[in-house]
Amino acid sequence: MTLTNDSAKSSRSGFAAAGGLDSIHGEAGEIVATGVHAWFGKRLVLENVNLVMEHQKVTALIGPSGCGKSTFLRIMNRMHETIPGAQLAGEVRLNGINIYDPSERAASARRHIGMVFQRPNPFPAMSIQENVLAGLRFNKIKTSKTSDIVEESLTKAGLWNEVKNRLNEPGGGLSGGQQQRLCIARGLAVKPSVLLMDEPCSALDPTSTRRIEQTIKEISHEVTVVIVTHNMQQAIRVSDYCAFFLAAENEPGRIVEAGSTTQIFESPVDPRTDDYVNGRFG
Amino acid sequence: MTLEMTPRVGAEGSESVGPVKIKPIRPREFKRSDIIVLGVTGLAAYCITWILFDQLTLLSGQLGFVLFCVGFFLGLYWVVNRQLFTRQVAVDRFVAALMTLGALAMFIPLLLLVVFVVARGWNLLSAHVFVATQKGVSELSPAGKAGVAHAIVGTLEQVGLAALIGVPAAVLTAIFINEIGGRFTRTIRVVVTAMSGTPAIVAGIFIYAIWIATFHQGYSGFAGALALAVLLLPTVTRGTEEVLKVVHQDLREASIALAAPEWRTVWSVVLPTARSGLVTSVLLGVAVSIGETAPLLMTVFGNKLMNSNPFNGPQAALPLMAYQQIKLPLQADIDLGYTAALVLFLLVFTLFIVARLLAGGRRRAPGFAALRSRIVNSSLGATEIEQDGFADTPIASYPPSTSTDERDQQ
Repeated sequence: MTLTNDSAKSSRSGFAAAGGLDSIHGEAGEIVATGVHAWFGKRLVLENVNLVMEHQKVTALIGPSGCGKSTFLRIMNRMHETIPGAQLAGEVRLNGINIYDPSERAASARRHIGMVFQRPNPFPAMSIQENVLAGLRFNKIKTSKTSDIVEESLTKAGLWNEVKNRLNEPGGGLSGGQQQRLCIARGLAVKPSVLLMDEPCSALDPTSTRRIEQTIKEISHEVTVVIVTHNMQQAIRVSDYCAFFLAAENEPGRIVEAGSTTQIFESPVDPRTDDYVNGRFG
Repeated sequence: MTLEMTPRVGAEGSESVGPVKIKPIRPREFKRSDIIVLGVTGLAAYCITWILFDQLTLLSGQLGFVLFCVGFFLGLYWVVNRQLFTRQVAVDRFVAALMTLGALAMFIPLLLLVVFVVARGWNLLSAHVFVATQKGVSELSPAGKAGVAHAIVGTLEQVGLAALIGVPAAVLTAIFINEIGGRFTRTIRVVVTAMSGTPAIVAGIFIYAIWIATFHQGYSGFAGALALAVLLLPTVTRGTEEVLKVVHQDLREASIALAAPEWRTVWSVVLPTARSGLVTSVLLGVAVSIGETAPLLMTVFGNKLMNSNPFNGPQAALPLMAYQQIKLPLQADIDLGYTAALVLFLLVFTLFIVARLLAGGRRRAPGFAALRSRIVNSSLGATEIEQDGFADTPIASYPPSTSTDERDQQ
């Protein structure tokens, strides 16, 4: 793994870096990605990505398929390195702490930076309640208030009223949209600082999509959300900031333009952004 | 099977009964008349074979008779259906008959095997057999004095120990191959595949050579268990590996993204998801080893007395006992051998049922629960409404199909 680790470089954010990732407790965090490159084998897929994802805001990553949005997302909670042959360079700082610092465990980064996937993936062998508590169990977080956490997480994910009477039924028995909200609840239960969402609505119907978007709006007050989406209308509806990724043929993906969602969609600086957000390609 | 497609039936249905009471059709229904056609064709095929085979020619042999009979039947069946219906129907039924006969050809030997063992072992089977051993049984003893209790104990202990040794090793091997991987994955998979081709007797000789001949440990149930574990390992490994492959990658990712360590992902997500399949592969391994005789010949040796200590001295085992008894000259001994075989059948059957209940007992598969809740929900509301509607206006669900059928016929 090629990894530029320059811990001498001072943190650009105002957060204190003392104590490492394990000292973070439940507040919404700010992620700063600096000079992020990514390779699959020898192929460079992402080049020099610099992006600040402000805390308590929703940042949308938009762009056509294959431009490295998902790769970038997966770099931010160290999921990229689980793919054989994947390499990266650059640094990602959560509240000023480099998650790729050799002294940090991958699990600590994932503990504070949760993820919701494209396809709903509740654990089929667990009940709804066990699914929500899975993260606590995996991280050996002991708590006596499990039922409170279950209720709180499911309420935040907008699922509590639908499942409160069948918490012990398998999670796989829910509808697709409910399963995705269960996955969001599962991600929220460990009180992460950031929640990454990789096209969370692309496998869902319009009604479920609306519920999820509503959920994103609600949770963004306590957790920073970064969402990859192909749906431009969705980006307008849910996000505060937007980053437009683009990869020319046989070239790695780069950020063309980033800024507030209003600016990106109403007065884009780069002509390519203008073409993309107005549906002229992609 | 589209007998109802004939114009007459459709015309009758629509003209005489009127539009209110439309007779529903089942396009591929196999009606009573079809059963009669089938029966008569079968009888005719038998008679023709009898005349040709036994009366007109000098052919003989039961196998030839059956083959000729099947051939004549298929030919006649095609001709009869071709005459009565359309070519499409005839082809349809001919192929259906061929497939059914093929299935029977597979199923009948299996059934005969069970019937044979049950028939031969039945007369000695009693409650006494399960508690008695062959202690003090001589050629002069009355039939029915001996039992197989010692062999049941032996088999259970040997297979239990074999599973205790083999199953964890096999599951860990499968987890290594499928979940962890590394430079040796391919080598290990090849070794496991090669192991599954090991002749059972070689496993027995191997354990004999090492455990008994080299280390002078003597015959024991444990030596047999070691030999059985050698046979059980590859079966369970391959089975488990296949089951683990089916567990969706998304679930592993979800677990990793929740900061679970690798062992946690395997233990709490992958294995529980694959539980039902795991039980099946373990059962397959146990089924392979429980019926093995060859590896036991040189390791547990056999015993006419009860020896419940698997670590010391020769033990009996059901398959070994069946093999040893059937070689004996006296009918009473041979019968006891068949009884041992029958008891082995019953034991395997019981074990499978118990294992299935244990696997499915704690929590049912999610798909099943979803299906069940859907049935419950629909039976509470939706179905009732539908049925009420159906009772008032029986036309409701059928007109589309009936009308298209009628249109086709005109």
